[in-house]
Amino acid sequence: MIEVQHVTKRYGPVAAVDDVSFRVEAGQILGFLGPNGAGKTTTMRVLTGYLPPTEGTATVAGFDVLEEPIEAKRRTGYLPESPPLYPDMTVREYLTFVARINGLAASVRRTRIDQAMERTSIGDVADRHCGKLSKGYRQRVGLAQAILHNPDVLILDEPTAGLDPKQIIETRELIKELAGDHTIILSTHILPEVAQTCERVVIINKGRVVAEDSPDNLTGRLHGAVTIQMQVDTAGADPTAALLAIPGVASVSVGEPGGDGRTIEVQSEQDGDIRRELANAVVANGWGLLELRRARRSLEEIFLQLTTAEEPAGEEEDAGDEDLDDPAAARENADE
Amino acid sequence: MSNVLAIAHRELRSYFVSPIAYVVVGLFALLYGYFYFASLAFMVQFSSQAGMFGGGPQTVNINEFMIRPLLSNTAIILLFILPFLTARSYAEEKRSGTIELLLTSPLSDMEIILGKFLGALALFLLMLSVTAVHMGILFWYGEPELGSILTGYLGLALMGASFIALGLLVSSATRNQVVAGVGTFSVLLLFWVLSWMSDSAGPTAGPILSYLSILEHFDDFSKGVIDTAHVTYYLSFIAFGLFLTAKSVDSERWRG
Repeated sequence: MIEVQHVTKRYGPVAAVDDVSFRVEAGQILGFLGPNGAGKTTTMRVLTGYLPPTEGTATVAGFDVLEEPIEAKRRTGYLPESPPLYPDMTVREYLTFVARINGLAASVRRTRIDQAMERTSIGDVADRHCGKLSKGYRQRVGLAQAILHNPDVLILDEPTAGLDPKQIIETRELIKELAGDHTIILSTHILPEVAQTCERVVIINKGRVVAEDSPDNLTGRLHGAVTIQMQVDTAGADPTAALLAIPGVASVSVGEPGGDGRTIEVQSEQDGDIRRELANAVVANGWGLLELRRARRSLEEIFLQLTTAEEPAGEEEDAGDEDLDDPAAARENADE
Repeated sequence: MSNVLAIAHRELRSYFVSPIAYVVVGLFALLYGYFYFASLAFMVQFSSQAGMFGGGPQTVNINEFMIRPLLSNTAIILLFILPFLTARSYAEEKRSGTIELLLTSPLSDMEIILGKFLGALALFLLMLSVTAVHMGILFWYGEPELGSILTGYLGLALMGASFIALGLLVSSATRNQVVAGVGTFSVLLLFWVLSWMSDSAGPTAGPILSYLSILEHFDDFSKGVIDTAHVTYYLSFIAFGLFLTAKSVDSERWRG
């Protein structure tokens, strides 16, 4: 349904998006994950035909976004990072305008608008001015605008940003619900969101795709070494040597003794489970085992590992990247 | 076409929900009223003076002595007012991010531009139509010649449309309304006074400068003459302005 092939977008000599390729099958939800300034927004803008790619091609519902932009746009609903609302229009007027420019016939306009307002539960603000809405409502009006013409493809740039927890859950439910009839790409830097809503994840960093898989596989794939956290009352003794002696232990880090014993983190060498051996060693030394658990690597850690692994810490590029993701900001500077 | 009308409708509407339409039309009516009264007073004084010298009241040509200067003054009011009508058209959309909605909707650039052009043109024509009241009073008490009034208004409409086309172009190049307004005004003023240089510019450049001057072409309309050369000038000015606006919007996209 959506196909991105070797898309590169350069601003001058700097590539905001560098040779990005991925595809989304019909009905799927793809999560687009990356730190701020990674190139998520730029990629989405290429897909919506707002920005032409410097190199590569992007196809939406079988239409190249450069060659047949009108046809591609007709099949795309887009919610930009900040919802594009006209502050002086009421919600209903705004949606009527969006329906008109999307070529919805006058006869179906009213029903479609009512449907979209119901799905995003904004019926109670239908006659309020867009400029007077709270962030949560603005976001949902933006979403209503995107689904209004029943597009094949939905591109949502941080759809839950600025919502309160209840609205976030509602929006996620709505997105899942929409996935049946629509193919969805959503970007976010909130990791649990991806795990909860998406079937596939593309992690992007500094303009490049660093991983692409299902959330479960991504979690599994990077399991490798297992971290085990223990809380042990060693009665003053240093447990490092005793623990390192256990076969399969790669490293041990021991915290300061506190009221609740010491916190010890043990890294295993392979994917082997060494919890039994650790427990035995503690007991054999006569210490008190207060807690022992396997630290499950969250998507968060994987994300951090993937997005920081390539470059050593202390990068100054970040600041520059931030600007790249928001060319509007760069233009503003140029204007002044 | 329905897309163009949708944009034009929204554009016109937004002039009326903000104070812009009321301020612009109101101040235009005020200025026009002042010039109207001043020209009328001048004509009355001239007429009574002519009566004193010639023995008995004389009728002066109201078209020649009042309406023509009035329309020329109106053209100057437009030069000051119209740039601020078009200043927001693109700049505001870019500033607020709604341009992203328009450019990702199934619309061609030209449809958006034409919509914005027609929206501003509609408000301008509405503004101009206010002056029908003043003209009506002249018909009530006098016998002005209708033909040359109509050609004068055609000239004003064409000239105003040219101002709007240029305003759109300048607005599309910035996200700041003040820059757009002042920029448009400066370019228009330059076009206006271009002919001042034509006498000293030499035999080749002189006529070219005089031809480019936006004011030169208005004169004949106010005299009651529709010269295709002048109509062509204004229409090409409009077409070229809109074409360049399309290029400006497109180039923005490539620059990112």
